[in-house]
Amino acid sequence: MRNPFVMECGEFHVSYKQDMAIWKIPRVRTRIFLIVAFFAIFPLIVSDYVVSLATLCGIAAIGAIGLNILTGFTGQISIGVGAFLGVGGYTSAILTTKLGLSFWLSVPLAGVITAIVGALFGIPSLRLKGLYLAIATLAAQVIILFVISRWDSLTGGTAGLVLLRPEIGNFAFTSEDSYYYLMFVILLITTIFSLNLFRSRVGRAFIAIRDRDIAAEVMGIDLFKYKVMAFSVSSFFVGVAGALLGHYTMIVSPELYSISVSIEYLAMILVGGLGSVFGSIYGAVFITLLPVVLRAFVELLNGMFPGLSDVLVGMKEVVFGLMIILFLVYEPEGLDKIWRNIKNYFRLWPFSY
Amino acid sequence: MSFFLQMLVTGIVVGSVYSLVALGFVLIYKSSDAINFAQGEFLLVGTYVCLTLVASYHIPFILAVLITLVFSAILGLVVERIVLRPFIGKPVISMIMATIGLSSILAGLVHIIWGHETRVYPKVFSDKPIQLGEVVIAPVYAWSLVIVVVMLVIFTLFFKYSKLGIAMRATADDQQAALSMGISVKTIFAVAWAIAAIVSAVGGVLLGNINGVNSSLSTIGLKVLPVAILGGLDSIPGAIIGGIIIGIIESMTGGYLDPMVGGGLKEVIPFVILVLILMIKPYGLFGKKEIERV
Repeated sequence: MRNPFVMECGEFHVSYKQDMAIWKIPRVRTRIFLIVAFFAIFPLIVSDYVVSLATLCGIAAIGAIGLNILTGFTGQISIGVGAFLGVGGYTSAILTTKLGLSFWLSVPLAGVITAIVGALFGIPSLRLKGLYLAIATLAAQVIILFVISRWDSLTGGTAGLVLLRPEIGNFAFTSEDSYYYLMFVILLITTIFSLNLFRSRVGRAFIAIRDRDIAAEVMGIDLFKYKVMAFSVSSFFVGVAGALLGHYTMIVSPELYSISVSIEYLAMILVGGLGSVFGSIYGAVFITLLPVVLRAFVELLNGMFPGLSDVLVGMKEVVFGLMIILFLVYEPEGLDKIWRNIKNYFRLWPFSY
Repeated sequence: MSFFLQMLVTGIVVGSVYSLVALGFVLIYKSSDAINFAQGEFLLVGTYVCLTLVASYHIPFILAVLITLVFSAILGLVVERIVLRPFIGKPVISMIMATIGLSSILAGLVHIIWGHETRVYPKVFSDKPIQLGEVVIAPVYAWSLVIVVVMLVIFTLFFKYSKLGIAMRATADDQQAALSMGISVKTIFAVAWAIAAIVSAVGGVLLGNINGVNSSLSTIGLKVLPVAILGGLDSIPGAIIGGIIIGIIESMTGGYLDPMVGGGLKEVIPFVILVLILMIKPYGLFGKKEIERV
């Protein structure tokens, strides 16, 4: 009998098509199907609170995939994601509340507008690299946020805007479960799109730019075109995530898109794994759940150490910083690498040699 | 006219503090190619330590400042050894994220230890304003300017004449050559971080005396970026001049433009300048242009 743990034996790829397939062996297809099926019935078996956490994780994952396309795959560091989320959220808010557009139109439009803004701030990336680009995107963050909080007539100033949940016909996505499914479908589309993006000519150009931009240019990659494209594709997803988040929390206001949000998203892709689509999802889940787990932990210990909950805010920051540094030191390739290590260990288990 | 001069003086004073903090920032970039996003938190820790010494332990201000400087130096050394050493030669993003992580840890510790409320220093400088022609200067401002100028002179002399200062310049110029001349590059990195922590702490104490102490002081850490970029990331004179220019522009914007747009522009204008500089002259006024070869 075949060892059920031995995952890949006797699989030989005889064509490039097989080698480049997303699902290289049939068993992977079954596994992916099972995972998707699990998350599809997930809301039916857990409480509303858990579903709401899952929704937040999923929305963060869409944004993190977007950022990873830019930072992880194309190597352009951006510290302005928070503001781009804001652009997405506000665009959708303005389109739905002031112009009366439907959610189904305003979310893609929010993505498109964020993509345009992203491309605009991506133009300097042709001249600026590494640190300088990071600083320029930081400036973008500050400037965009300033515009948002001062353009009172359009954005409602510091008070923000109130949004509604989407609806189809008479059905409104007001319950936790329904919004979860909406997020789930969009996350699936995002994931499949990005997985395929990096099997295409464009995606490979992105990776070539990350590895060595001058060498890529010598090989005939139009740096300007592809860098701006990376900025806009990435910002599109970030904008969609922002719009989804806005309609989920039903409010947009400037302080929701501060620089700490940008840092959180950077931490997500770093903890998850730079240059990995699934890594972005793991990282988004990890960073979104970190404060939740910490709060539960503190509540548990509060009986023993009274006063612990007073320092929760500070503790969150300390733990967050520690996580970033520990991952950087011990596993710079993130959770994705850890998961691959585990899989590789079991691939030929128990005969690993 | 007197309003203009008033704004000018305020700008120079605040700008001089920026210069001081940017000096630490540039020093770290010059020696180890790292951007220190935790500079603002160094400032925060320094000013809180000094405040605690003065307010809770009733130590004389001058002595408290000296203890703070020693503490900051040790903090800088420890941080360099534990957090930054592993990232020497790693990709830019690792370095950026490491200092961001560090800033998060320091900010969290400050919250845990000192809480969130704004605190004020006990009176150190007299209240009696100094009259200079039409311009009225609060003694705090005058003293800040004096202290910053003294610090800048000390550091200029340090880099020019002391053995360690010369070694630091040599390392910044060419690490390998410095190594082969028997300079310990590790020591130089450590000293750079210690100095960065010290100048930030001084900046923090001064700003704390001017505006009171709360966690929003750490935003200075971000404002140092426009200063450093304007002057050129690897130029110490650039940091000093950049700081004063940004300080003046900020103060003028606050005085003349903010009433027109309803405030807030003052905080953003340094970043607008930053973007312009990056677009027109990415290496700043005095920075060294890098030539890249494949």
